[in-house]
Amino acid sequence: MKMNINALDRNEYFYGHKACAGCGGSLAVRAALKVLGERTAAVLPAGCMSAVGFNFPQLCFGNNAIISMFAGTASMLTGVEAGLRRKGHRDFHAVGFAGDGGTADIGIQALSGAIDRGDDIIYICYDNEAYMNTGIQKSGLTPYGARTTTTPAGANIHGNIRPKKNMFEIAAAHDIPYAATATVGYLNDFISKVEKASKIKGTKYIHVIAPCPTGWGIPVSDTVEVAREIVDCGLWYLAEYENGEYKLDRDPGEFASAENYLRRQGRFRHLTDQDIHTIITSRDRKWEKIRKEWK
Amino acid sequence: MKPYIREKSTFTFDEIPEETCFEAGYLVTVNSGWRSVTPYVDADRCIGCSQCYLYCPDGVISMDGKVPVLDYDFCKGCGICSKICPRQAIEMR
Repeated sequence: MKMNINALDRNEYFYGHKACAGCGGSLAVRAALKVLGERTAAVLPAGCMSAVGFNFPQLCFGNNAIISMFAGTASMLTGVEAGLRRKGHRDFHAVGFAGDGGTADIGIQALSGAIDRGDDIIYICYDNEAYMNTGIQKSGLTPYGARTTTTPAGANIHGNIRPKKNMFEIAAAHDIPYAATATVGYLNDFISKVEKASKIKGTKYIHVIAPCPTGWGIPVSDTVEVAREIVDCGLWYLAEYENGEYKLDRDPGEFASAENYLRRQGRFRHLTDQDIHTIITSRDRKWEKIRKEWK
Repeated sequence: MKPYIREKSTFTFDEIPEETCFEAGYLVTVNSGWRSVTPYVDADRCIGCSQCYLYCPDGVISMDGKVPVLDYDFCKGCGICSKICPRQAIEMR
């Protein structure tokens, strides 16, 4: 996919926010709003992006934005979209930015309902792989082995014992018009996907990996590098689901070292060689399936 | 339009809205105090590729033609721009 950097909106719609330095989630929100523009109503549930964007009177969104209940991002999007349509507006986007907990755990039924109704909304999940806003608790999208405050690493149990929920395929299983995965490390790809989603009628779901330096235990300057490495080492993939078909956008071929990716992060520092072997085995199994079944 | 900083930063009680609505893009405080290192652009090395502008999480870099201009009021000094630069034209110091 191609994206022209000069064609991008020069205005900033998420500016002066109080996110930690090097925040991946704020980069995703900023980039998405640049594509969607000023005539966008953004809905944000409880989570980092609403906590850092709305500190009254410091309001960091340049477009219309509203905080929803934690569980109700998608249902509020439904209402916003219907309300604007009823008032006679035509040229607008209703977009939701929910974190991984707000999408895969707490907000999953609202999202499922919105996809089922086929509402014309864009739902973007910025996935930082734990409840970072409240101090790094495990969510449904925390990967295997990651240390959080609710899945501590001890002598017997090495962090999270459950794998990451496959939210992309859960959304796709609804037979959604468009679903995609992305990473803030490859913004061209993410921006093209948001642009594509904005032109499709019906519910759109985009799942974007957004590293959190605080929660992942990485230097603040490494956010983008780590967000690239997760794709290069095969622990995340860039794919799309459209017209009932999965499509792989980027096959890294030979994977970069997953061990390097894991070892550089504080949340995986306790992993033994055996744990890393488990992670690599499950990655290889997933990719075997992807390469066989997806286009 | 982008959110911009307003002159007035204190509110009296009756200025606080009763509804849930308030003006978008209303900034009263800067983020420059968060920074321990500051990025400086070496204009001779810069090739104007805009990668720093694209990847800045705070959006403080804007391109004036081919030269990146930084808004030091809101830069948090994370150093992503310095790492992403293909010509090492941004130095953190």
